[in-house]
Amino acid sequence: MNDTRPVNLDLSTIKLPITAITSILTRISGVINFVSVGIMLYLLDMSLSSPQGFAEVKSLLDGPLVKLVVWGIVSVSIYHGLAGLKHLVGDFGYGETLEGGVLGSRIIIVLSVVLIALAGMWIW
Amino acid sequence: MVTAVTNLGRSGLYDWLVQRVSGVILLAWFSIIGTYIGMNGDMSHAQWQAFFGQTWMQVLSVAAVLSIGVHAWIGLWCVLTDYLTTRMIGANGNVIRGIASAVCGVTLFTYMIWGLQIVWVG
Repeated sequence: MNDTRPVNLDLSTIKLPITAITSILTRISGVINFVSVGIMLYLLDMSLSSPQGFAEVKSLLDGPLVKLVVWGIVSVSIYHGLAGLKHLVGDFGYGETLEGGVLGSRIIIVLSVVLIALAGMWIW
Repeated sequence: MVTAVTNLGRSGLYDWLVQRVSGVILLAWFSIIGTYIGMNGDMSHAQWQAFFGQTWMQVLSVAAVLSIGVHAWIGLWCVLTDYLTTRMIGANGNVIRGIASAVCGVTLFTYMIWGLQIVWVG
């Protein structure tokens, strides 16, 4: 491989289109999901272990900081799930054009905002 | 040229399919749990435990825990092999990526065993 070829990876000189933004957000949300699995397993383990543990999780979830963390995890999961659905729609051959990609990206952003807001209202 | 020894199935097509199947399982699992919690805001511990104790929920939960392992491995492999490379971060890129992959692998393996203990063993 020719290693002397020019490469432009200076992201500040590249204006990211909406499809690139939703794509990188899918990666970022996926990495956050990976980390948050630990927190979710911890809460699930405690809530299922005993009535005491269940009560403990409930009182934990009353704390504003825990509420914020859980809302964050739920939000990231909602976005990642919708982005995954967009991938599946694409796999079936829909929305693969440039216009389709832009429209799909707009749809998942709007749906994410709506669902994240609903989740926030439910948590508080 | 980077040879494919750390991706899940040694084949992009295989990884692509596994990523879709595991993604659908995880979406189903989280949608079901999210809907259940949303509709039973003031449930008891017994109710919560009974919900997870149903056979169909145990089957789905075990599938979901295994899916977390493979889905996250494929996704993290894509991210790590894009950003932690000799081109992106210099001469030690492959070593750093190897260490990061090992940390991810150990974490995911722990998640899977821990998750199975929770949803299967109870």
